[in-house]
Amino acid sequence: MAREPQHEPAARGGPPQSRAAQLALGLLFGIVFGFLLQKGGVGKYEVLIGMLLLEDFTVLKVMMSAVVVGMLGIWALHAAGLVAFHVKPTRYGAAALGGLIFGVGFGLAAYCPGTGAVALGQGNFDALAVLLGMMAGSYVFAEASGWIAGTIECWGARGKLTLPRLLGVRPAWFVPAFAGLLVLLLAAIHFCLVTRIRG
Amino acid sequence: MSQRTVFGYAILVGVATAPSQALAQAEPVDPGTTGPAWSPYLVGALIGVLSMLTFYFSDKPLGASTAYARLAGMAGRLIARRHTDSLHFYTKTTPAVDWQVMLVTGILIGGFLAAWTGGEVTGRWLPPFWVERFGESVALRLVVGFLGGALMAFGARMAGGCTSGHGISGALQLSVGSWIALIGFFVGGVATAMLLFHA
Repeated sequence: MAREPQHEPAARGGPPQSRAAQLALGLLFGIVFGFLLQKGGVGKYEVLIGMLLLEDFTVLKVMMSAVVVGMLGIWALHAAGLVAFHVKPTRYGAAALGGLIFGVGFGLAAYCPGTGAVALGQGNFDALAVLLGMMAGSYVFAEASGWIAGTIECWGARGKLTLPRLLGVRPAWFVPAFAGLLVLLLAAIHFCLVTRIRG
Repeated sequence: MSQRTVFGYAILVGVATAPSQALAQAEPVDPGTTGPAWSPYLVGALIGVLSMLTFYFSDKPLGASTAYARLAGMAGRLIARRHTDSLHFYTKTTPAVDWQVMLVTGILIGGFLAAWTGGEVTGRWLPPFWVERFGESVALRLVVGFLGGALMAFGARMAGGCTSGHGISGALQLSVGSWIALIGFFVGGVATAMLLFHA
């Protein structure tokens, strides 16, 4: 398990460390995650494709609410020294190109990796093809991974880069400010939709 | 009990009790037409809290796509063990059951439990919205779904994550690469869905 250098070993009496306990926790967290995603409607084909057709903003509401609460919580836990960050390295080329390729697949499938499992769980059997496709696509990527690591992944590689560091501002005020901005965005979407339905 | 243990259990209890106040009615309805059973803001906020729990208890961010790559690697090892082990990607990502594979398994179970308790189990091969546009061919939907899944996984591996790993976990850590990938997911997804359904 790769950990960041600044991470200190967990104190005794803290989170369980054994492999079996962690696998069980993974399953438990997954059940809660899947349960919440289904209740949020994002296991439904119509809700997901509705997002991509810009007709139903449920997906954005769920994601941005999660980001606001999770961001405030995890940056606070980090400031208290209770959790370590897991920021993946920023690679401009790979993030943009990979993001777009993912998007094309997302448009075709409508289910994404997490919501595809939810969809299958709720009985949308077509999600099975998406899940098998994801395994196939992963293996194809692995076949090309040596070449990609030497080319695309080098384009604009910036290491572990966060927005506050990029902008040269303190997280202590950037995090609440950014959370506020996302809340305003959510409010704007909420308000616009109400207006559209009324109009 | 140490302070951090008490803190951890306090959030756990919060997650366990909050949703029960918002349980949906259990009448059989068409899930495609109902949208989210719970408020998407509540669901999102609870996923944010769940993120805090996974960071604290498991030292891991929520993410789904790598699980499919591990499963694909496990399948690949059954067929071509030496070849699979020689691939650059699988020298870094061990093809074995880990926390995240358990998480995705849990997502599937949780999706079923939520649909079951909400009377939203679908049990069908074709989403009605798809049928309206593309007809009754199951094979067509499965082929498109498989292709979509493959592109998604390829893109997710290149970008380093999916709608969970980048879209929620990376975004809330304010990773620059995650926000770029997230924008790519939606640009590619919206363009593809618009072509599929409106062209």
